[in-house]
Amino acid sequence: MSPAPLLALRQLVKNYGGVRALRGVDFDLQAGEVHALLGENGAGKSTLIKVITGAHQPNGGTLTLAGQRVANLTPSTARALGIACIYQQPALFPDLTVAENLALRLEATSASSRIDWPARRARAEQWLARLGAEISPEAEVRSLSMPEQQLVEIACALGAGARIVIMDEPTASLTQKEQRLLFAVVRDLRKNGVGVIYISHRLEEIFALADRVTVLRDGQSVGTHAVGDIDEAGLIRLMVGREVAQIYPAAESTPGHRVALSLRAVGCRASGVHNVSFEVRSGEIFGLGGLVGAGRTELARILFGLTPADSGEITLHGQRLTLRSPQAAVAQGIAYVPEDRRRHGVVLELPIAHNLTMAIHRRFFPTTWLRFGAERALALDFIRDLAVKCAGPDAPGGSLSGGNQQKVSLARWLATKPKLLILDEPTQGVDVGAKSEIHKIIRRLAKEGLAVILISSDLPEVIGMSDRIGVMGGGTLRAILPGGSAPHDVMAAALGTTEKGSV
Amino acid sequence: MKRYFRELSVLGALAAVLVGMAIFAPAFFSPQPLLSLLTREAPTLVVACGMACVIITRQIDISVGSMFSVCSVCAGLLAARGWPLLLVLPASVALGALLGAVNGLLVAGLRLPSIVVTLATMVTLRQGLNLVRQGEFVNLPDRIQWFGLSQMAGQLVLVGASVVFLVALALAMRHVAAGRFVYAVGTDAEAARLAGIRPQLVTFLVFIFIGALTGLAAMMNLAQSPQVQPLSGAGLELKVIAAVVVGGVAISGGRGNLWGAFTGLLLLACVSPALIHLHIEAYWEKAIQGAIILLAVVADGLRARGLNR
Repeated sequence: MSPAPLLALRQLVKNYGGVRALRGVDFDLQAGEVHALLGENGAGKSTLIKVITGAHQPNGGTLTLAGQRVANLTPSTARALGIACIYQQPALFPDLTVAENLALRLEATSASSRIDWPARRARAEQWLARLGAEISPEAEVRSLSMPEQQLVEIACALGAGARIVIMDEPTASLTQKEQRLLFAVVRDLRKNGVGVIYISHRLEEIFALADRVTVLRDGQSVGTHAVGDIDEAGLIRLMVGREVAQIYPAAESTPGHRVALSLRAVGCRASGVHNVSFEVRSGEIFGLGGLVGAGRTELARILFGLTPADSGEITLHGQRLTLRSPQAAVAQGIAYVPEDRRRHGVVLELPIAHNLTMAIHRRFFPTTWLRFGAERALALDFIRDLAVKCAGPDAPGGSLSGGNQQKVSLARWLATKPKLLILDEPTQGVDVGAKSEIHKIIRRLAKEGLAVILISSDLPEVIGMSDRIGVMGGGTLRAILPGGSAPHDVMAAALGTTEKGSV
Repeated sequence: MKRYFRELSVLGALAAVLVGMAIFAPAFFSPQPLLSLLTREAPTLVVACGMACVIITRQIDISVGSMFSVCSVCAGLLAARGWPLLLVLPASVALGALLGAVNGLLVAGLRLPSIVVTLATMVTLRQGLNLVRQGEFVNLPDRIQWFGLSQMAGQLVLVGASVVFLVALALAMRHVAAGRFVYAVGTDAEAARLAGIRPQLVTFLVFIFIGALTGLAAMMNLAQSPQVQPLSGAGLELKVIAAVVVGGVAISGGRGNLWGAFTGLLLLACVSPALIHLHIEAYWEKAIQGAIILLAVVADGLRARGLNR
């Protein structure tokens, strides 16, 4: 029997309202171990971190630290108990120096005490040297590169006596060389008896770095393996591990033959998208799958003129487009229902009717007299047509539930009578009932001949709704698979472990 | 009713003041002083309308006082050179629009914070004017004062024009698509952008608009006296912003309307004559106006907290 693990979770449960984010997670972390955590989007990794760092309280299960059962973990007690988390975007103060940032975390001083600058500097040097980092304590954090900032974070964590370091996708924004530097630091931590929880979508990193790997799926831990005992295929099987339930409305029509949208080698240096080519036909639902950060939203932003493409060719119904602004995209009949509807989809303070007509005023700018009667009629039409549950067209957008806000956001764009509809995570944070209603609406729109691009991180949704699935990864299209493909194939393509798939 | 509670409460406060005056100092309502009061406030009202638009877009323009002075002096000089009124008026409006365009370009084009930009233009314009004119007054030809009409007729023209303008603009803000863009940009510029509106263009145009209105207001003020004082616009920005905020336009953008700004302006403008009629020392004027502003801001703060809960 090995010594008591640094951290042991048993049957951890966490609910957000009615949503069961964690439904029984078992997880162990030994001292001197790198334990990878793997799972598709929404499997519960972020929630688990929030529970371990004390940001959120679990609703059930136990959390044991070095043999001691801990209840009511708060962020400050978690830190005191030696738990530190390094986020992808380091949470440092950019205008302060490295030494000052370290001091803010490590020095427990009152506001009036005198600052011992030499000691502060010496301590910073000491911790940075221990990590082998060549960073001046006097450097402003703003001037450091991303991995250097991560090193400062790690120094803060170690300086505070961290025994457990959580790293959340630390390599997402690093170059190859920077990754190697980070890996060396992680291995050094392991040697010094620190337990590292390492979260990454990149399987090759997990095989290179981790000792064990635990896979989360739908809020449950579905298996823990030593990395030597499992291969990539096995991990993917664990991550996906289920059949797509037949809850998606069947396609009522087959896509037409007319090509609506065609992309040829489209790229944009600013957003990291490169060499994307595919076609979407009228009446087709083209799903875009992939993991967070794969470049799907970035591609949508290119098509909507938010970050214009700097290479390649986009044509819509045979006409070549230059999409330099959202106005240009709207004028060409492209509609984009954005990802974060609470922030950018629906203006919460404005009435539903105003929200609905927001995108169609544009054409008349700036002199049209608004016809309130016509606006109201239009709003009532859409409210009836899409079954928006609301007090009426004058109710503010903020009074609606998530699903109904999404319908309003969708209706705004349907009012423009688009030729191409891009939906970015249309059912994120929407309850099951509204979700299936939105699915039916999408199907109906396709049947009416609209070309639809459906971006979703929900694997079953992409598979169940799409006629074809474009799988993205690393800013480019990795594969195009037929609708109804096995989840395993989609996940494998997203992770880049196979090169199969054809147009 | 509930939606316009904020505006209605200001209207209620104004009504209470007027009823109080009717009881305790009926002389307040004698026509000539009242008309003079409204005439004095007419240029302020025009600028306040522009300021309401600027603040609804979630921006601010504190350079209006300096723009007002520059327009007044330039228009005065042109008039003194014998330009006809029909040319001086558009020249003043155009100059204001040009100055507003500079603000707009810096705010919308370079995305600088409007408070800093307009603070800089405020000081620059004010000091530039002092440097060039050395505080000299401009004497106006007789045909400018009251537009060459009788004083009574001139006053009626000014008050009438400002009210017509207010009504037209208030209707436009509600009934013209451009007005709704102003609200959309002020509430959520990114959402507006994703809906195909150009927030930066809207912001730019709004700054040009308030500049043009300031030029117009300068002319409306010019017509009221035989000479132009270079300090005529000093403090205008505070007066106008106070009126707009008291009238329920949220400084955080996206909320409020011109009717509110109008009632806010009247409420603040009533303080001084009310004190005179009630034989209270004039020193109280600023204190009472300050208290009204504070009350309005506190009410908005409480309202915002209520919304967030």
